[in-house]
Amino acid sequence: MSARPKPGPAPARPQEPSPPAPEAYSFAVRSARRPAWSVWGERALEGAIYLCGISAIIFVLSIFFFVFKEAAPVLVGGEFSLTEFLFSPEWYPTSEENKRYGVLAMLAGTFSVTALAMVLAVPFGLGAAIYISEFCGSKLKETLKIVIELLAAIPSVVWGFVGLTVMSKLIVTYTGAPVGVNILNGGLILALMSVPIIVSIGEDSLKAVPDSYREAGVALGATKWQLVRRVLLPAAKNGLLAAVLLGVGRGVGETMAVLMATGHAVQIPHGILDSVRTLTANIAAELGEAPAGSDHYRVLFLTGVLLFSLTFVVNLGADLVVRGIRKK
Amino acid sequence: MKPDTPALFTETALVRRKYRQETVAKWVFFVMAAAMIIPLLLIVGYLMVKAAPSLTLGFLLDVPVRGMTEGGIWPAFVGTIYLVFISLAISAPIGILAAVYLNEYARDNWFNRVINLAVINLAGVPSIVHALFGLGAFVYAARFGYSILSASLTLAIMTLPVIVASTREALASVPRSFREACWNVGATRWQTIRAVVLPNSISGILTGVILQVSRAAGETAPIMFTGAVFYKAIEKGDLFAYGLHEQCMALSMHLYTISTQVPGVKESIPYATAVVLLGSVLLVNAAAIALRVYMRSRTKW
Amino acid sequence: MTRPKHVEVRDLRLAYGTKEVIHGITFDIHRHEILGVIGPAQSGKTSLLRCLNRTIDFTPEAHVSGIVKVDGEEVRRTRDVYGLRRKIGMVAPLPVGLPISIYDNVAFAPRCAGMSRKADLDAIVEQCLRQAALWEEVKDRLSSLGTKLSGGQQQRLTIARALSHQPEILCLDEFSIAIDPVTTMRIEDVLKELRSHMTVILVTNLTQQARRLADRTMFLWNGDIIELDSNAVIFSDTPKDRRTHDYVNGIFG
Repeated sequence: MSARPKPGPAPARPQEPSPPAPEAYSFAVRSARRPAWSVWGERALEGAIYLCGISAIIFVLSIFFFVFKEAAPVLVGGEFSLTEFLFSPEWYPTSEENKRYGVLAMLAGTFSVTALAMVLAVPFGLGAAIYISEFCGSKLKETLKIVIELLAAIPSVVWGFVGLTVMSKLIVTYTGAPVGVNILNGGLILALMSVPIIVSIGEDSLKAVPDSYREAGVALGATKWQLVRRVLLPAAKNGLLAAVLLGVGRGVGETMAVLMATGHAVQIPHGILDSVRTLTANIAAELGEAPAGSDHYRVLFLTGVLLFSLTFVVNLGADLVVRGIRKK
Repeated sequence: MKPDTPALFTETALVRRKYRQETVAKWVFFVMAAAMIIPLLLIVGYLMVKAAPSLTLGFLLDVPVRGMTEGGIWPAFVGTIYLVFISLAISAPIGILAAVYLNEYARDNWFNRVINLAVINLAGVPSIVHALFGLGAFVYAARFGYSILSASLTLAIMTLPVIVASTREALASVPRSFREACWNVGATRWQTIRAVVLPNSISGILTGVILQVSRAAGETAPIMFTGAVFYKAIEKGDLFAYGLHEQCMALSMHLYTISTQVPGVKESIPYATAVVLLGSVLLVNAAAIALRVYMRSRTKW
Repeated sequence: MTRPKHVEVRDLRLAYGTKEVIHGITFDIHRHEILGVIGPAQSGKTSLLRCLNRTIDFTPEAHVSGIVKVDGEEVRRTRDVYGLRRKIGMVAPLPVGLPISIYDNVAFAPRCAGMSRKADLDAIVEQCLRQAALWEEVKDRLSSLGTKLSGGQQQRLTIARALSHQPEILCLDEFSIAIDPVTTMRIEDVLKELRSHMTVILVTNLTQQARRLADRTMFLWNGDIIELDSNAVIFSDTPKDRRTHDYVNGIFG
């Protein structure tokens, strides 16, 4: 502002040409026309943008379509029973005389590993989210958020490898279990994998609580802990629930880590030191050996449909919960 | 309350208890935050120590020998690069344009809510279901066979939500007032996007693309049944080893194979493979974060 | 009045969702006049301008009814909405320098319209920056970012941009709230010069500004026109409506 000429009419103005009369005022811009290629190019591009926009729908539908298409023949084949598929723990896909396709044991495996992972990850994840959002300084906050981002980036196969080597040794040493790859191992690994999601979404939802709430709380003399417990947790309840649901979604859908860390025994588990097999791991382990077009192959695809539906419901739930927050 | 009595500012038992409570709470939450970071550091450290005997440049450039029990990881490393970049070439344009649609064109109606839902859902589909889809759609239905192409397409669809989400975030960070200023002077939506929105969100978009690289590099399940193989012989150090319709090795798959399927592997090799995979992914991520921090420090408004 | 009508508004209603903010207003704007629009906040002034150039289309929940004609053409039926917007220059309350160079800020609209010859663009950029009284300050750094200018300079840049598509109507929406009085005076001088070739709609929260500059003034309150008349009447001791008198004299509002 300091370089401005002195106030009043600008000294430069007298030399400027006097404003043109209305007739002389040029309307060159208004008579300008965009070249045809530019107009049509823009239209084509907007068409492409629209197509890409709806591509997500196309992809989701075609995922369901193609997975279901491979699975469908077995449903109408006659020998296969959907009740047995869902409620029988007997999985003998390669038996000579009596093939049985029951995924109950795998369902139990998936749920036990996911449940254990959530029991471990939810308190720690939410605790860490609260710490990051409310208790630590801004420098530390940035650092921790970066660490969490990096944590989220670790490939699942590396987690699986850690479970297979490091974690299983630790488990054998400290629990005396005969094998180190079991529910506990898978649950721990999955917990470590789900924590970043829970932390980052939990932190987002805490951040979404207006600062005026915090200020009001502080003005009333509340300690940070009282503030968290009485004000922030109730206000951020939905976001935290969504965080947990997305963690569950990740747990149910995780493949490589549980494939390597849970031990591959098709059985209904009785304790956390039992080995199990999850739905995802079962597909990954057997798809390579199932001849294309066989019943075995189709049942594996059917398992895929089941998984797709499970995660669909969980993610839909999380989305509805999140939408609930935004509405408020 | 009498505001002028000094007693107001002395510690009562209640105040002391409140402070104690606060300190305890702080430490509890700190321990919770530490509990997820410290094991991680220990694990990474342990992997590094175990991997040390094999971690040389030669390990990266060599081919596996003696039934993959010795040697290096070059074919897997190159395979991963192929898969990542081909999938990126497919999904980055689609993802960026999709995000442009969702953020700049879409009105808030039921149809676009369905699209949003589809994106969220696509992000939540288990990776093994993507693998089944890739097998059914690309390998069999489209007759691409088990190939780099099939695997890359599967990976591309799988990583699409990553780029959609980060691009949307980048676009949304451009203030609405800029768009309104453009609309006011008679710019079309696309002219507005080209002139103001894209140039100012390009760093965020780039960050998303980089994150996609790291995500694609680490995935195993989707490529397992669509194009990645246990072993494929290529020349040592050859960068142009694979064709689009061939199968390839991949780092993530290689780690899975040598740690579970192949007996008698030299002990340090799986660890070194894990370290290389982890290191590449984290390095790429760190680059994305660094770019973001740098760009944020020089915003134009 | 015998002067030609430039803008005709008939029974314009505007609702955001279920909340109606403009309740059926009717008025005309003559060619080459300065129309002052005064009224307290939330009385629908900005929304009215957005109906004129149809940027209201970008607010999905807005619902418009009634007729708005510019140059006899109904804006909601126009085939070329971009041409319509170029016919109307719009200056927003807060200065918005686009994060592109000063030159590009001003050349943006002509380029969008399809002009591409460097010489034409150079001429327009210089003309508009001169008209907005900014040329002397920025002529040596046209390639620096528009966002790097000071607030007052950015507001004049915004005016230059609004002039760059050579509008017939210039709408200024409380242009002075973010700038200092000296700059305001300079821009007011600019407006006096511009009135010879365009119609100006001056929305302002400063009643004295409307009194200084406008030919006629409209008092808008809660989405209704309370009074629209020449300045001589509005700012007299006896406007037709008591509320106008009270508002203008600062008794309420």
